[in-house]
Amino acid sequence: MATHTENTATQDLYGDDEVGAVFTAGGGDWDQVVEDIAAVGEERIVVNMGPQHPSTHGVLRLILELDGETVREARAGIGYLHTGIEKNMEYRTWVQGTTFCTRMDYLTPIFNETAYCLGIEKLLGITDQIPQRANDIRVLTMELNRIGSHAIALGTGGLELGATTVMTVCFRERERLLRFFEAVTGLRMNHAYVRPGGVSQDVPAGALDMLEDELVDLKRGMREIESLLLENPVLRGRTVDVGHLSLAGCMALGITGPILRSTGLPHDLRKSDPYCGYETYDFDVITRDSMDAYGRLCIRIDEMWESIKISEQAIARLRASEGEPVMVADKKIAWPAQLSVGADGQGNSLDHIRKIMGESMESLIHHFKLVTEGFRVPPGQAYVAIESPKGELAVHVVSDGGTRPYRAHFRDPSFNNLQAASVLSEGGLVADVIVAVASIDPVMGGVDR
Amino acid sequence: MSEDKAKKDAVAEIETAELAGDENKIADGKNTIDRVNAPAASEDQVVSSTQAHETGSGSVSTMDPDGPAPVKMGERRGMFGSSLGSDTSGYGGLVQPLLFPGASERPYGGYFDEVADRLLEVLGDRHDDAVIRLVIDRGEMTLHVRPEHLRLVAQHLRDDAGLRFEMCSGVSGVNYPEEAGSELHAVYHFLSITHASRRLRVEVVCSDDDPRIPSIVDIYPAANWHERETFDMFGIVFEGHPALTRILMPDDWPGHPQRKDYPLGGIPVEYKGATIPAPNERRSYT
Repeated sequence: MATHTENTATQDLYGDDEVGAVFTAGGGDWDQVVEDIAAVGEERIVVNMGPQHPSTHGVLRLILELDGETVREARAGIGYLHTGIEKNMEYRTWVQGTTFCTRMDYLTPIFNETAYCLGIEKLLGITDQIPQRANDIRVLTMELNRIGSHAIALGTGGLELGATTVMTVCFRERERLLRFFEAVTGLRMNHAYVRPGGVSQDVPAGALDMLEDELVDLKRGMREIESLLLENPVLRGRTVDVGHLSLAGCMALGITGPILRSTGLPHDLRKSDPYCGYETYDFDVITRDSMDAYGRLCIRIDEMWESIKISEQAIARLRASEGEPVMVADKKIAWPAQLSVGADGQGNSLDHIRKIMGESMESLIHHFKLVTEGFRVPPGQAYVAIESPKGELAVHVVSDGGTRPYRAHFRDPSFNNLQAASVLSEGGLVADVIVAVASIDPVMGGVDR
Repeated sequence: MSEDKAKKDAVAEIETAELAGDENKIADGKNTIDRVNAPAASEDQVVSSTQAHETGSGSVSTMDPDGPAPVKMGERRGMFGSSLGSDTSGYGGLVQPLLFPGASERPYGGYFDEVADRLLEVLGDRHDDAVIRLVIDRGEMTLHVRPEHLRLVAQHLRDDAGLRFEMCSGVSGVNYPEEAGSELHAVYHFLSITHASRRLRVEVVCSDDDPRIPSIVDIYPAANWHERETFDMFGIVFEGHPALTRILMPDDWPGHPQRKDYPLGGIPVEYKGATIPAPNERRSYT
């Protein structure tokens, strides 16, 4: 039921004098709330949207000051999904950290892992020793992950505008990629697949064939998404010229990713500061110059096509490098065992078990030390940035020479980009707030960490 | 047993321990002292960290012995970092200085010289006051800046055409509790898109007793939430920040969770009477 309290306190929580009427909606009582508000006769109201609102991309709280339908002031309140991942990582070995960081932005797990592992590899000074095949697998999985993340961005964006079909189509296409991820990593999400020194295991036999089949269907699905979205008059009406942010605004607020590229600046770390061998792949940086939500949507769709292009190149390379190592040769760093699929599910390969349990005591000791204690990383700090689907995902890792991170800080693109929520939506309509936030594509798991 | 003999034994023991996959190469035998077993060990005889932290074949010479002197940031005790008495290796008394890369000398290589020259030019007389040291490590440039000059440096980094770091990627805090007088570090990461993705890191320190650093939000608005997060997690007060409030933790949360003296868990939670045992009552992973 709606409750209405008028001037119950003379001071609010923050010491501001004068509190207006407060209305609490309990659901199903909207008529009553509207009636009560009308009775007060005040046009300027503060509305709390979220943190449990279906169109705020998770537990994001938006505090909107409204003048009628116009947003005068918008503030984002975050922290509802803070899990202390960075703190936890300081209590686990460097390798165990991948299991944590993969859960931050849960739609881009491969990117989180890769950024973190590139940071460790930089600290160890082994960046150049990562096998080519491992880098190609990283590129392949990252690009597929990018398609998946963009599919969610489009799908939930559509859902928030009220179009459920967009969501079902996009999720259907993403499912193709998740099937491949499950075949390769064992999990659909939260893979912990990319490890310091390489990847946890090679792509299993048949997985690339499966992926190629899926890509054929994916391309058909992509065309369906395009014809569903791009010329849809309702969608265009809702997104064109909505959520405007200029290049100067992007620079000041540190905005990266599709929002920055929607101002026409072709800034993409894969091109400007390549990692994992991206400089050897042929692809284009997609830009638009409309600076609005529609431009960002187009960028995401085109980037998915570019990702498919990169994936196909990576598949060809992986076919050529069949059987090559996927983990760094240094046995003091490389994870001792490769996983394999047995009759009872996935586990350590039987060859490895036979060796450490039956043949070589030293191997057992080595395995035990590396797995329980972990490797040591020379003291110092490193900052590594990669281009995640949402922008610059960077990790600042500090080592004190021990087997655990002294500090691991993630610069999540959503965290930074969400700062633009107010400039994107102030002066617009309430309904446009949804579009503006959707065009940022924040994932609260990454924002709050 | 003579002292020399004891030392040799200690070295032999370490080498045995090493077989088991511990890449902590303690090669500097004459300085290796097992405090428990070796008689008459002097306090300052410690393992040279330069060698202690090399990793197998993938070793990095971040601290080459002829290079600049490293900076001591604290100490590591024991062999495995455990403080619970569970280190039964006999090396629980081992003390190693925690050495971070020190100030670099010219030429720095890459674009670093150009950035350093330009900084020298724009800061003029104030350069030596503002910049404590300049570290080039692992292909990254770190500028250690005195807090009172941070805003000046940041302004030049943004506005000078030769520097033009137009983007502040973020701020992260690091806590070094053993570094007396400068326990808290705020680390700023800058990116210059104009100059083909140049990166620069600026590190500013403050003490636990007076944890204040000037805010750069009016120069780099992007630092707004990052400074709030660093305040929330480390308690660094960014003076001049428009609204320095907690951002991830609840507004009324006591303490700053990312500090090293803040425990992992053990904090009472408001959830149906649930409790988390204090860290010392739980299974330890160290």
